[in-house]
Amino acid sequence: MREFNYYRAGSVRDAAKRLGAGGNAMLLAGGMTLLPALKMRLNEPGELIDLAGIDELSGIKLTRKGAHIGATTTHAEVAGNVELRAAVPVLPHAADAIGDPQVRNRGTLGGSLANNDPAADYPAVALGLGATIFTNKRKISADDFFTGMFETALGRGEIITQVLFPIPQRAGYAKFPNPATRYALVGVCVAQFKTGVRVAVTGAGASVYRLTDFEDALDSEFSEVALDGLTASSANLNDDMHAGAEYRAHLVGVMARRAVTMALD
Amino acid sequence: MSGDMGIGVSAPRTEDRRFITGRGRYVDDINLRTQQYAWFVRSPHPHAEVRGLDAADALKMPGVTAVLTGADMQADDIGSLPVAWGITSRDGSPAVEPAYPALATDRVRYVGNPVAVVVAETRTQARDAAEMVNVDYEELESVSSATAAMEEGAPLIHEGAPGNTCFDWEWLPAAMAPDARSNTDKAFDEAAHVVSLELVNNRLVPNAMEPRASLADFNPATGQLTLYTTSQNPHVNRLLLCTATLKMPEHKVRVVAPDVGGGFGSKIYHYAEELTVCWASRRLGVPVKWTAERSESFLADAQGRDHVTRVELALDAEAHFTGMRVDTVANLGGWLSAFGPAIPTVFYAPLLAGVYRTPNIYVTVKGVFTNTTPTDAYRGAGRPEACYAVERAVDEAAVQIGMDPAELRRRNFIQPDEFPYQSPVGQLYDSGDFEGCLNLARELNAYERFDERRRQSQARGKLRGRGMCFYIEACGAAPSQAAGQLGARAGLYEVATVRVHPSGSVQVLTGSHSHGQSHETTFAQIVAERLGIDFGNVEIVHGDTGEIPFGMGTYGSRSLAVGGTALYKALDKVEEKGRKIAAHLLEAEAADIEFTDGQFRVAGTDRAVSFGDVALAAYVPHNYPLQELEPGLEETAFFDPENFTFPSGCYICEVEVDQNTGQVELCDFVAADDFGNIINPMVVEGQVHGGLAQGIGQALLEHCLYTPEGQLLSGSYMDYCMPRADDLPNFVVATRCTPTPFNPLGVKGCGEAGAIGAPPAVINAVLGALRPLGVRHIDMPATPQAVWQAIEAARSGE
Amino acid sequence: MDATVSFTLNGKNVSAETTGATLLVDLLRNHFGLTGAHVGCDTSQCGACVIHVDGVSVKSCTMLAAQADGCTVETIEGLAANGELHPVQQAFHEHHALQCGFCTPGMIMSAVDLLRRNPRPSEVEVRDWLEGNMCRCTGYHNIVKAVRAAAVAMGEEAS
Repeated sequence: MREFNYYRAGSVRDAAKRLGAGGNAMLLAGGMTLLPALKMRLNEPGELIDLAGIDELSGIKLTRKGAHIGATTTHAEVAGNVELRAAVPVLPHAADAIGDPQVRNRGTLGGSLANNDPAADYPAVALGLGATIFTNKRKISADDFFTGMFETALGRGEIITQVLFPIPQRAGYAKFPNPATRYALVGVCVAQFKTGVRVAVTGAGASVYRLTDFEDALDSEFSEVALDGLTASSANLNDDMHAGAEYRAHLVGVMARRAVTMALD
Repeated sequence: MSGDMGIGVSAPRTEDRRFITGRGRYVDDINLRTQQYAWFVRSPHPHAEVRGLDAADALKMPGVTAVLTGADMQADDIGSLPVAWGITSRDGSPAVEPAYPALATDRVRYVGNPVAVVVAETRTQARDAAEMVNVDYEELESVSSATAAMEEGAPLIHEGAPGNTCFDWEWLPAAMAPDARSNTDKAFDEAAHVVSLELVNNRLVPNAMEPRASLADFNPATGQLTLYTTSQNPHVNRLLLCTATLKMPEHKVRVVAPDVGGGFGSKIYHYAEELTVCWASRRLGVPVKWTAERSESFLADAQGRDHVTRVELALDAEAHFTGMRVDTVANLGGWLSAFGPAIPTVFYAPLLAGVYRTPNIYVTVKGVFTNTTPTDAYRGAGRPEACYAVERAVDEAAVQIGMDPAELRRRNFIQPDEFPYQSPVGQLYDSGDFEGCLNLARELNAYERFDERRRQSQARGKLRGRGMCFYIEACGAAPSQAAGQLGARAGLYEVATVRVHPSGSVQVLTGSHSHGQSHETTFAQIVAERLGIDFGNVEIVHGDTGEIPFGMGTYGSRSLAVGGTALYKALDKVEEKGRKIAAHLLEAEAADIEFTDGQFRVAGTDRAVSFGDVALAAYVPHNYPLQELEPGLEETAFFDPENFTFPSGCYICEVEVDQNTGQVELCDFVAADDFGNIINPMVVEGQVHGGLAQGIGQALLEHCLYTPEGQLLSGSYMDYCMPRADDLPNFVVATRCTPTPFNPLGVKGCGEAGAIGAPPAVINAVLGALRPLGVRHIDMPATPQAVWQAIEAARSGE
Repeated sequence: MDATVSFTLNGKNVSAETTGATLLVDLLRNHFGLTGAHVGCDTSQCGACVIHVDGVSVKSCTMLAAQADGCTVETIEGLAANGELHPVQQAFHEHHALQCGFCTPGMIMSAVDLLRRNPRPSEVEVRDWLEGNMCRCTGYHNIVKAVRAAAVAMGEEAS
């Protein structure tokens, strides 16, 4: 890594101020993606602003609106949370599928969403559940948040503070891991709400996306059978040494069906 | 007196304590005052002319001591990296061996090819400065696959190698020559059945968990160079440094390979980086350290396999194998690694008879230059490739003629009373009980109940398949003269010194090197057993040319068969001298002295002295036959084996395939091996487990993949799929024993077996699962996508 | 850019001058001489560097030294209390769960964290947990066996 300044922020306001002060600063949450990227010199920030010391950013709370999860809450905390397991099991299930135990011990929800890795698990769950991302400046619906590969609607100086996940009637997240990285080669989150079904796909495209024809089919009947004959398009899907676009498209169909089965389980 | 830690006991390891408490001492753990750090400037291009190099900006960077280039190296008369084995093409011409400079001077031939080194006060400074070295490359057309490199119009990689051919070799061992080809062709003409397969043996990256590292310390005052390096064979490294590259006398060079974190072949060679830090330290007068980053290891460590093979098997009407033809194209990379030309030839072809009585075998191999990292020995080294070709062909034959694959193998086995067996491809097999191993494996697999298990899998929506493999391999390299006739440029004996101290404790100085093999335990077990002393009173010293007289190191599963035998022979000498000392002390004839359980005894009497008494007498020779016998008790033996040793075994694997995703799950893996006698069963089992994991990795997960032009796609663990705990099953391992007659311990070697036998067993199982869907062939690794594509292709009738 | 970090290291309060970009593993290895944590990759995957920070296992190659300020850090060197091996260390020895030893410190520290959370893991649970620890020597067979044996031994010790 190239040398940089390390700054531990005391509050969100402090972090935002520092971030806005120039000096090519970046935010550091768990560091599970950022630090490997810095080691590869993909980024060369002048300063890292550590959010870990900001108590208000961490924690899990269930309300009538849904599950409020602080941005620096770790994957392990989400995976192990008893209340979440009862109320919205798809969340701890997905969190438990991220990385390995050491990554889950450090990696955070906010970090994962802000990074928007095309193969990350959390974006699928956030989009699938129609989450709302709260920042120090505004709130952004998941449908507007993920804008492209490693790109989000976050502006300069904007910091995710918490995420609100509405509680679905039922939901499932099925992931087919990349054999090497264990990121999602394809991951599909299916969630049924009174207002309708949402299906979100990660790993397959440049960024997480919704599968509207699958949603329509499941709206009429929430069962695996409802998906009979439906296939996902391979247009614009990722193509790499582990999976071509055709195979990914096929896996989207398989994982969607499995997610439905899990939701019904 | 050996207590409970003699030969045959699963003694827990002596070396464990330091590793489980974090007190191992690996090269990167060693730091010297005033040391500086090296960072290599490597080619980002697969193939390019180096038109110039400008280090001016780099030299201005903070902390930078020097930027050194290939031209500097030439000016200092540093030799190119040596090729340790010469191969001769079928037209009698020697293989093309282009000079391989540690730092490229005029042309780079693979991504990662070093062109310069930066030495600076910190590693980060060296890396920062390396980014500022401006190399003027003129990119050239490039090619990564060996078959593409052979095509007309392919870019020429070395001027002296038209068609990118390093060698075009045929195997004509004495047993077959000169009619190998015509006899084999005749067998095919007369065959009742012929099987033909085109196979790719996928390129692999060895990936020892410890990245390579070297720390060189030249003392200008004494002219002494000490190199700490991650090596499987420090003496060989010193030999090559002294005779080929750095050109210093051996007494001025000490090479230390301390704790080494795995090798699997990749730490055999004398690499560019360790030569460069030695030279830089000598030139700059400071210690210079280099530690590879993992992504650097992917570019700079010799890689394994990468064959394309056509194998054909001829059978008569009774399903006896009558002939085999094998034609292989081996990808050697951009330059020759030390044993690069030997692995796909003399370590490959002589194993192509497998465990079968196939009378006629004809083998041709082309070695081809490509714009990729050089290839060389990786766990198994030639034998996995041979075993894969044979065992895939045998299974395909069983399918074609509709015979149970176990029965087809059984019908063609070399029989126990035929040993020593002269194979048509030039090996004299020592011993074996193939049917015994087969039966053991079948029993452990509950072979007869497979259909039941298949139905259970079916009920879960999975396709179950079973695959079998029978391997034989050659260990214990090597009889030096035989190796010399085949082109080896070094001897392949091993050396051991047994140093008995006055108190009776023993140090063994062995040329074998342990980087996970457990010599500190197993060699001590041999000493404890032979001398009847406590296991805890024995220390095994390895990995330091400053302490150990000589050695050829550890590779090819040779340590016990060759190094262990050297130790055994040194112990013979200790015992013989001890007998003379005891005879003097007991006032008897040496011929009347028996040595058992640590006691020298006058036969048939109760008059005895202990080994400890004899040791003390040897060093305090007051009552001692000084006229006939020197004081002291220290003996050295060099052992050069008479033959290779030939472990063999039967592996059975069962898989379940999820046809929706193509995911293969290993359900069951049974290994029945014959390693001859066993010193420590627990250690042997561990070696088998590790080999199996690497073999399974090759079959299902691992693939070193380049773009057609030679950019490495699988350049880190993000893309190179390493086997993890949840990829693998528990293994069922068992052994049968037919001791080899070619060494006094009766041991054969066990380090590579798993990596040799597992790939065909796994792929045969995958094909067994997929055949009902019409799939006839799949290449390694059988990744989910590859399996899915094979299923799709079969369904659409492609 | 230099700053002081202070933390508890294997039970002792320590401080060191460090830069922002210094990784915790480098500080442990180069400043404190604790070379048990190893660096086996540069993509945060191999797990040879696993230590405990505030009681949970982390990859010390993917944590800045500065992030450890105020934390409790435990490394493999601190695991054997008063020279007596931890049951996981003991089980690794008895079941031959290591060969070259390079992955071993990280593997052991990871396993200790597992057993703290799950005192009686199944074979599948052990294999799943060890996803972040690569071993190239053992094929994991004896590692899994050792972790489960340690669980039994620790259960007996506790009862």
